[in-house]
Amino acid sequence: MEILLLQIFIPLIAALIILLSGKSIAKSLSGIFSLVPLLITIYLYVNFIPDASTQFLVDIPWIPQFGIHFKAGVDGISLLLLILTNLLISIIILSSFKHDIKNLNAFYALIFFMQSGLLLVFTALDGFLFYIGWEIALIPVYFICALWGAENRIKVNLKFFIYTIAGSLFMLLAIVYLHLQTPGNSYDLLEFYKLDLDNVTQSWIFWAFFLAFAIKMPVFPFHTWQPDTYTEAPTAGTMLLSGIMLKMGIYGVIRWLIPVAPIGFNYWGETALILSVVGIIYASIIAFTQNDIKRLIAYSSIAHVGLISAGIFVWNLQGLQGAMIQMLNHGINVVGMFFIADILIRRMNTRDMNQMGGIAKPTPLLACTFLVVLLGTVALPLTNGFVGEFLLLIGIYNHGIWLAIASGLTIIFGAVYMLSMYQKVMLGPVHSSTAVINDLDGTEKAVLFVISILVIFIGIYPQPILNISEAAVVNLLEQVNQKILVK
Amino acid sequence: MNALILLSILAILVLYLGLYKAKNALLPVSLLGLGAGLILALLEWNSGAAPIYDGMMHFDNFAVAFTSIGIISTMLILLISKDYFEHISDNVAEYYAILLFALVGILVMVSFNNLSMLFIGIEIMSVSLYILAGIRKNDYKSNEAALKYFLTGAFSTGFLLMGITFIYGSTGSFDLGLIKNYVISNPAEISPLLYTGLILMIIGLSFKVGAAPFHFWTPDVYEGSPTIITAFMSTAVKTAGFAAFLRLFMICFAPLHDFWMPVLLVISVLTLFIGNVTALYQHSFKRMLAFSSISHAGYLMFAIIALGPDSVNSVVLYAAAYSIASIIAFAVLILVKRQTGSDNFESFNGLARQNPFIAFTLTIAMLSLAGIPLTAGFIGKFMMFSTVLSEYHVWLVVMAVINAVIGIYYYLKVVVAMYFKSAERSEIQSSPYFNFVIGFSAMLTLIFGVYPSFISNLF
Repeated sequence: MEILLLQIFIPLIAALIILLSGKSIAKSLSGIFSLVPLLITIYLYVNFIPDASTQFLVDIPWIPQFGIHFKAGVDGISLLLLILTNLLISIIILSSFKHDIKNLNAFYALIFFMQSGLLLVFTALDGFLFYIGWEIALIPVYFICALWGAENRIKVNLKFFIYTIAGSLFMLLAIVYLHLQTPGNSYDLLEFYKLDLDNVTQSWIFWAFFLAFAIKMPVFPFHTWQPDTYTEAPTAGTMLLSGIMLKMGIYGVIRWLIPVAPIGFNYWGETALILSVVGIIYASIIAFTQNDIKRLIAYSSIAHVGLISAGIFVWNLQGLQGAMIQMLNHGINVVGMFFIADILIRRMNTRDMNQMGGIAKPTPLLACTFLVVLLGTVALPLTNGFVGEFLLLIGIYNHGIWLAIASGLTIIFGAVYMLSMYQKVMLGPVHSSTAVINDLDGTEKAVLFVISILVIFIGIYPQPILNISEAAVVNLLEQVNQKILVK
Repeated sequence: MNALILLSILAILVLYLGLYKAKNALLPVSLLGLGAGLILALLEWNSGAAPIYDGMMHFDNFAVAFTSIGIISTMLILLISKDYFEHISDNVAEYYAILLFALVGILVMVSFNNLSMLFIGIEIMSVSLYILAGIRKNDYKSNEAALKYFLTGAFSTGFLLMGITFIYGSTGSFDLGLIKNYVISNPAEISPLLYTGLILMIIGLSFKVGAAPFHFWTPDVYEGSPTIITAFMSTAVKTAGFAAFLRLFMICFAPLHDFWMPVLLVISVLTLFIGNVTALYQHSFKRMLAFSSISHAGYLMFAIIALGPDSVNSVVLYAAAYSIASIIAFAVLILVKRQTGSDNFESFNGLARQNPFIAFTLTIAMLSLAGIPLTAGFIGKFMMFSTVLSEYHVWLVVMAVINAVIGIYYYLKVVVAMYFKSAERSEIQSSPYFNFVIGFSAMLTLIFGVYPSFISNLF
């Protein structure tokens, strides 16, 4: 049995089992099942040879007459995202144990269903398969957000769903077009890489892919669905969206967009880069004015993702490696932030930060872990965020100093609103309503301890993670740069 | 061709059963007969059949495939009419018989090898449908539907007949083979009469399949007819219309592709936009389905525009996917309307809580119609897009993509109503027949969506 097939399909099987099982055991079952893919990923990591090759390859004809194969494999870039997905899914499931969820077996089944789609996206080496995974990941999260979300959920999620599907349909168009250009009418990614298309074609293919990925990330000006969706979604949904799902877009840019349309990238990469930087500045300014804690985190997430995307579009080693590690860091940090926000909101019954304050006194553990995650988010040295954002900024600096200044200053500026949020919420005088707040207990402790340890550990010793993706990134860079040079 | 003979006899037999008041035997006899007809049709698969009846008909693989879709859709529809039809009319035997006659017409339409047979097939089917649309004699809407359908149908038949006449006038034959020879042998001196005839036939056929700007009869007729008839019209009948359309153009007029392609291109884009944009504004689920069926006609047109080796496959798959999903939609509509008396979107509110199974199947149907992956509808759309892209009509696909997005919005509306809105309602009691039909169709939708190789490499 191919280990990668197990990795992709075990969550799907878990989803079915949980859906059919009783409500009483759904929680414990999902806790156990969430560990299985993580263990498989650890197995993959241990057996992974850190070079540029694609390993654990699976290639099964699926719909032979269209040249569609179930072709998937893992290289350094994919492996990092597998770690991210499976680690965060476990954390997210653990973090939801405190919640009172209606129909919880459907809830967990949808999470596992989505996990399968995500894993498919991060390993697929066939255009059709990639698209299928892309959509499979979307449908469950739509239902999660629309079924268990807040009051305004229906309208907001419809917008989200239609936005993302619209983008991905253009991507489908590009994939089918590329398929028709390959000599053997195949959907194989490597065949796509070999294509030698003219400038105009590559340009529109670039934009067709970019639209799909930019909406997912989201890059300015395609971000309008994001704050509402994050705010209205249930916490687990927000975590899934911000922690894992937006990485689909970033991964897509690295694996599909730029290598498939290198000339298109050569023409339009600069535009995409500027959009990303504008996104950083724009989102930071808006985040500064927010009083709603969830919205603030949502906008700050746009800013941080903008930086990652800028790091990719400068297309050099530092930028790309920074993006790779920052994807993992951002996932961990944003999940931590939303979890803390959720703890606060549930205890205070409000999302308004002005009504909070002085929470640190009665809740030392919460205050402490909150601070760690927050410092990770604002990229203080010796936290994980620092490693990633430092590399990203070097990458951008190597490309152009003004962009680096603009994005770098904004990120520092970001620290201001994050810290002022901490001040508003945790410090200050103790209200009557905040004096009686309980500190962390049970699974909350477990989740936040795990996250805090990760924040600090990656900050101090990031090398193992950088090693995973380095060979693959170098290889990809060379491949694309050669193509651009030839033209 | 034995299927055709069997079904004709079956229809008469059913009429006699009605005469002898054997009401309970109607459904089993019809189903058995249809099952036998299906087997007979499938036996002729790859038999290398030659044209029969002096070249009037040709029961080739194309005909077998579309006959099968027609028969299976009819069987599913008959199964759900068990409870339904007896409530709304006394003329049950006539209903069964006329439906079967319509099916006979469909069989002729998908296997014609001579323009006169095309005309006869369309007329057998249409006349049956005029009656079926108005079968609720005391209902004004049903009467209106029948009258509108009859008038526009007769009008369009006029165009069709005129077109056939012109083509006969220029080529000297009704036979598809001879017309093709004429088109191929004198490409330089094709009579203008033939072009005129071609355009008239396009108009006539567009009327029949409900493509814009000849679509205006569809919403009223679909809405006014009894739901079960609407289901039949928008599945088996629509499929047959496209099969005839495709067959005619594939066999006869492929060399004139440059002449008629722009015409169909315009029709197809118009159909997509009119169908989708109007569907967006509907409050009634049934009317929404009517308009969305117009837009699906636009997608189906793609296969004819990009006429090529994959066209037949795409139409078979798309039509099959669309038919199964529509049958689920109409079946659930019947159940909901029976309970709430309304076919508005609001009447679906909170359905998921009381009837999770029904809501789930309808969700699959809607996702399939919207073209979301892992459903048959996605594979159908995917094949259509590929077919068109292989002819480099990139802009057409961009239009199609925009329309697909619009489509998702209104198809999701009912899913949203079922799952996310709540309402006071009691559980809908549905019979085992209904459950079988919607369950079976949902299963087919998923199977074709995950592993389309079953039917996607027939041709």
